[in-house]
Amino acid sequence: MTARGRNTPLSVRDIAHARAGDKGNTSNVNVWVYDPADFERLKRILTAERIKREFPNLVRGKVERYVVEHLHGLNFVLHEALEGGVNASLNLDSHGKSWSYLILGLPLEPER
Amino acid sequence: MADRGDIFRIGTGAGFAADRLDPAVDLARRGALDVMVLECLGERTVAFAHRDRMADPRRGYNAHLERRMRALLPACRDAGTVIITNMGAANPRAAAERAREIARALGLAGLRIACIEGDDVSGRVSSTQPFMDEPGTLADLGQSIVGMNAYLGADAILPALHAGADVIIGGRLADPSMYLAPLMHRFGWNATDMTRAGAGTLVGHLMECGMQITGGYFADPGVKDVPDLAACGYPIAEVAADGGAVITKLPGTGGCVTEATVKEQLLYEVHDPAAYLTPDVTADFSRVTVKADGKDRVRVGGANGRSRPEKLKVTVGFDAGFMAEAGVSYAGPAASARGRLAVEIAAARLKQAHGIVDNLRIDLIGASSLFATARLPQAESEDVRLHVALRTAKREEAELMLWEVESLLCCGPAGGGGFRGGITPAVMTKSLLIDRALVKPTFEMLIA
Repeated sequence: MTARGRNTPLSVRDIAHARAGDKGNTSNVNVWVYDPADFERLKRILTAERIKREFPNLVRGKVERYVVEHLHGLNFVLHEALEGGVNASLNLDSHGKSWSYLILGLPLEPER
Repeated sequence: MADRGDIFRIGTGAGFAADRLDPAVDLARRGALDVMVLECLGERTVAFAHRDRMADPRRGYNAHLERRMRALLPACRDAGTVIITNMGAANPRAAAERAREIARALGLAGLRIACIEGDDVSGRVSSTQPFMDEPGTLADLGQSIVGMNAYLGADAILPALHAGADVIIGGRLADPSMYLAPLMHRFGWNATDMTRAGAGTLVGHLMECGMQITGGYFADPGVKDVPDLAACGYPIAEVAADGGAVITKLPGTGGCVTEATVKEQLLYEVHDPAAYLTPDVTADFSRVTVKADGKDRVRVGGANGRSRPEKLKVTVGFDAGFMAEAGVSYAGPAASARGRLAVEIAAARLKQAHGIVDNLRIDLIGASSLFATARLPQAESEDVRLHVALRTAKREEAELMLWEVESLLCCGPAGGGGFRGGITPAVMTKSLLIDRALVKPTFEMLIA
């Protein structure tokens, strides 16, 4: 979607948009492709296992992925991923509102 | 309520405690609404409100209630719009009485203000009651409880609607229930009709965060541009008798309603899309349809629901001492290096001179802060800010931390400036589940 430099690797943000929410120490991030043609690719590259693997220090619990096939979206539930949650976290963003951009910032092709 | 045929119009006039007022006034005047909902409570908001009430028994409700009521009561009365709000927070009685005083001062004689109580379940929960989703019980915690509120559903709001209330003020009314209740009332939906409860809950869920569905919390320049976000309008739901709805906003306001804004909100704070729990229903959003229906109009439908949960969620608020934050900035050549040095000095001094190690976090804003735990620092910035955060039960420790960070002005790296520091009271919340039978909501009508 964006006119990025030729040398910049494509990130999830180039094909999808996302929103983060919080409940206790659990974060959820929903991710939607702009073009349905990219949905199979998104499902292939954004697995629950990859999210868990990319942020081992942040996501202490399990990651669940729900697929909303007909709307071309994924919903990730990241357990124990808010540094204790809004009560305990000393992060400036204690709700993890910016976690959507952690996922959007991932390269489309995982590093080998 | 005004009868406008088959379509019932609900608007949102606030989606959180500090939400904007002027777009709500615009919506009240031009929206031809049947109902305006002001959703103003988060879990921690209630705990803070309980502290306010302890300090002054006449307080404990939303800090903006007076301004909101002065601005909205006349417009809503003119339009025949019922106001439903949880601005009562920890003190719905005081909030309703204040609203009545304001209505009288504005000359709105006869205005019917319903006060819903019964969400405060302090003293009714056993200390051996386990917490939800985490180990421990109330008795294990050893911190002083500031308040306990059960989430009330549509069944707590309906009697006030049946009694002809113009304004309904409660405390911990569940967000989507404030939308479902007037839909049940208007369309005569049965309390056991879980499909309709799911549909009304979808409308409430999409609407409850206000501008998060009309372009707020959405803009990302270059990929998700939103027109005139500074003048963003609040949302309107045009709901049909079967629960299907169009989400839209007033013409002439900023923002946008698109399939993308609706989809992002559809799963906001939702885990399993097929099981979204409220006091009214286990809602199923997994087969919801989202379809553009003209400019700034999106049609939604296909929500479903099954069994009403047997237990109600309770939020327990605890006193958590103090939160202290302090910072110093560095700019220009090698700012990041000087900032990193400041981080090292602050950590060393707080540990060695004051023994402050726990519940302490030191970030370098501009280099690595929000994502510091997620990955290693990456940015090299010429404008960074040391940020120290400490949570402590002792006020003196909080003051010492601020003093130590301020001392960096003369004792730290070159060119440090812009010290600011502050100490605020902290609260903590935990959740538990209790039997419905322990929660007995009531309402009383106050006539202006």
